[in-house]
Amino acid sequence: MFVQIKNLSKIYKKFLAVNKINFNIERNKTIGLLGPNGCGKTTTIGMILGLVTPSEGEIFIENKNIEKYSRDQILSRFNFASPYVELPKKLTVKQNLEIYGRLYGIKNLKDRINDIASDLDIKNFFERKTGELSSGQKNRVSLAKSLINKPEILLLDEPTASLDPDIGDFIRSYIQEYKSKNKITILLASHNMNEVERLCDSVIMMKKGKIIDSGTCEALIKKHGRSNLEETFLKLARSEDEF
Amino acid sequence: MNFNKIIALGLRHLYLIMNSFPRILDLIYWPTVQIFLWGFISKFFTLNSEYYSNTIGIILTAAILYDFLFRASISFNMMFLEEIWSRNFTNLFIAPIKIREIIAALTLTAIIRTLIGLVPAVLIAIPLFGVSVLKLGIPLIFLLISLYLFGITLGLLVTSGLLRYGPSFENIAWASLFFLAPLGCIYYPIEILPETLQIIAKGLPLVHIFEEMRNILMTETVNYLKIFKSILISLFYFIIGVIVFYISYFGAKKRGTLINMGE
Repeated sequence: MFVQIKNLSKIYKKFLAVNKINFNIERNKTIGLLGPNGCGKTTTIGMILGLVTPSEGEIFIENKNIEKYSRDQILSRFNFASPYVELPKKLTVKQNLEIYGRLYGIKNLKDRINDIASDLDIKNFFERKTGELSSGQKNRVSLAKSLINKPEILLLDEPTASLDPDIGDFIRSYIQEYKSKNKITILLASHNMNEVERLCDSVIMMKKGKIIDSGTCEALIKKHGRSNLEETFLKLARSEDEF
Repeated sequence: MNFNKIIALGLRHLYLIMNSFPRILDLIYWPTVQIFLWGFISKFFTLNSEYYSNTIGIILTAAILYDFLFRASISFNMMFLEEIWSRNFTNLFIAPIKIREIIAALTLTAIIRTLIGLVPAVLIAIPLFGVSVLKLGIPLIFLLISLYLFGITLGLLVTSGLLRYGPSFENIAWASLFFLAPLGCIYYPIEILPETLQIIAKGLPLVHIFEEMRNILMTETVNYLKIFKSILISLFYFIIGVIVFYISYFGAKKRGTLINMGE
């Protein structure tokens, strides 16, 4: 198994944010991380990225505890994009990509930036300051930054939040296309169920810090007797039952 | 240490300065105002004080050196705050850069930021007030090293507070240097302080730096022992600053503040 999460918990003071979760991610698969706000998705992503120290449990990458890797060794294989995390606003798009390319130690950086800029159609605002861009443009630049190192594991936190349907579709299509051409494992946290159905091989449903269900979209829909993932999500999110 | 990564982080801050003329102007403006203010005060004291009668420019030189310390510390703090303000904090801390490389990058870039502000002000002081810090000669280099180390230390302690308490600690960033200034004996000899405060003041490098600066300008002799003592004290505090920064970083990871910094 490529990524293994074992008994992972996080307690903030007395608040149990993540409660002994276990899941595995196979190499080159896309896993959706779903759940209502405050269910522990961001904390889980934070723990995988090394931004949050787990209170309990372990994370394994290729059967090796993540703590056994050095910080730069493991982080050079990861990347992350979220509309809630921005790139320096006063720097141009090109400068931001150059800096992150250098931080990730990318060889032939100019070529890499050119390739990714063409793919994501961001060349026409390359010299503009990132803070001056529309949210759709910022999102594409953020995605470009997250792919600059050709990560083996990409964590996406609501990558199409607040985007118009056209740009949202562009981002989803790009992720699909990128995945078909590259070896990449994706953990996608999203509230857009159509997006999850389209991009994810399987999903993990979280609620109150716990995993309440998991499986392929089709299997979950069938199991809960609903007609789509959105209805399944609503059923699980609104249910008082402990699964 | 990976110097390419240190350069990359340095470039992030240099681009920020180069992209904005008002930002460059802001860097130059405050030191220049300081020089003007202390230049006139210095001129007044030179003409009216027995203590400073034969030593034109002691106060102004002290003001320049203090501003160097102030700018170094503020530069370090500002660069860290920029990451919080721009909501780039998470991106920075998930990049494969070691914490010591972040500290090194901020330390090295702070000197450039400091010099952009201070060099024009220092040059203005020469024709305007006939005062040049270069009169301190070779010891000036060592005095600046000591001041810089201490300035960066204060920056490290403030950024540790930012990591621990979040952006609400920002006000402390601005106040930190003013808190120590009275004990630093920047413009007056240590004997002015009450005896108990003298003991505390001697534990700071500032007293040794500014006492020696006055000694050089007034007696034209150099006590290198005192200068190196100040460097050692600064180095001691710098090491403590680095340790505190690491403790705050690991504490922030425990509290989860790294993922929502800036919100």
